[in-house]
Amino acid sequence: MSTQSEISIPGIFSERLWSGNAALVQLLGLCPLLAVSNTMVNGLSLGLATVMTLVIANISVSSTRHWLLYEIRIPVFVLLIAGIVTSIGMIMNAWVHELYLQLGIFIPLIITNCAILARAESFASRNPVVISAIDGFSTGCGFALVLITLGAIRELIGNGTVFADAHLLFGPIARHWTIQIGDSYPGLLIAILPPGAFILLGLLIALKNWLEQPPG
Amino acid sequence: MLNRLVKRFYRQPVVLALFAFCIGSVLWFVDLTTASRISYNEQEKLQSTLAEVLSNHPYDNNLAPTKNTLYDEVIQQTRTIYTASLNGIHSATIISAMAADGYAGQIELLVGISAKGNIVGVRVIQHQETPGLGDDIELRRSNWILSFNGKNINTPIVWAVKRDGGTFDQFTGATITPRAVVNAVRKTLIFYDAHQHEIFSRL
Repeated sequence: MSTQSEISIPGIFSERLWSGNAALVQLLGLCPLLAVSNTMVNGLSLGLATVMTLVIANISVSSTRHWLLYEIRIPVFVLLIAGIVTSIGMIMNAWVHELYLQLGIFIPLIITNCAILARAESFASRNPVVISAIDGFSTGCGFALVLITLGAIRELIGNGTVFADAHLLFGPIARHWTIQIGDSYPGLLIAILPPGAFILLGLLIALKNWLEQPPG
Repeated sequence: MLNRLVKRFYRQPVVLALFAFCIGSVLWFVDLTTASRISYNEQEKLQSTLAEVLSNHPYDNNLAPTKNTLYDEVIQQTRTIYTASLNGIHSATIISAMAADGYAGQIELLVGISAKGNIVGVRVIQHQETPGLGDDIELRRSNWILSFNGKNINTPIVWAVKRDGGTFDQFTGATITPRAVVNAVRKTLIFYDAHQHEIFSRL
């Protein structure tokens, strides 16, 4: 996929967002995906952090690709990604403290999202900066979309709300953005718990495959 | 050929060190710019939690600087203690508590005790109990944690959840979590009773 002539920007977007989605097709980065998607705001926040990490990681890898030695590329990638995620963690801790506390260990764990290393290795280390940034952005968006969708579904089924606690991300004005279905909805607990994450992700993958199956 | 290989061999650590240095510098810079704000946030968070524990109780001092520690030989852990005063007179004590016998991991609590020995407030600081079942110990989920207010070491006589013959409610489907919290609060009262003099002498 990496010779210059084959790459078109719309093609990159449709591949990363849908047909080759990191979460739904490549099944990369499932640990953060399943652990943090219990509410929509958590999913959105981790999604944004992952998009930022991917874009910055791809730009740094791509811009240093000419003097990076092949033998030591993996440790350098890991070093780069770890540095970027740690910085993002510190910045979140400083500016969105409550959200940082809520996402807790999963911010540093972005480092272990193998989708990021995979993009650095298979794309950014072989392509120019701008196109690598676009690749990182679209891959991140594909991952974030799944996180947000899964978060919204799990929150809706489990708590009967959508977009609760949005003020953690958007400030006090977002306090009333929560949508609640009925006061008496008891909540189906399993959707919030880890098994619910596996089941619903499985259903999402099934849905995607069903949408894509050739007619007839 | 060999010469090129050797050259390449030398370049690897140099390039790696260069990257490590650059990334280290960036981290140093980010830490430098965020450190003061992060510690400010943590202080703010602590202040607001301490204030919440004493939300029904009068005091007029800044709580965070009164931080002190005291070893509890019964649970073999060091407890953190904050003291509140009103017009210079001791008004309440906030003592940290830890419940290790919850459903998942440790439950960290703060227990506020008035000068007369009555509980004025209990709050959960951190826990990993099951969402939807055990997290009713949080005030944002239920009022259960308020049922400690006004209690002391002698009332109720049986410090336990109802299932164990006590007075505190358990949750539907979750007894372990409230039992752990009740026990931790009870042990804190015992600790307070035994160490009152030490706590006051440090004022």
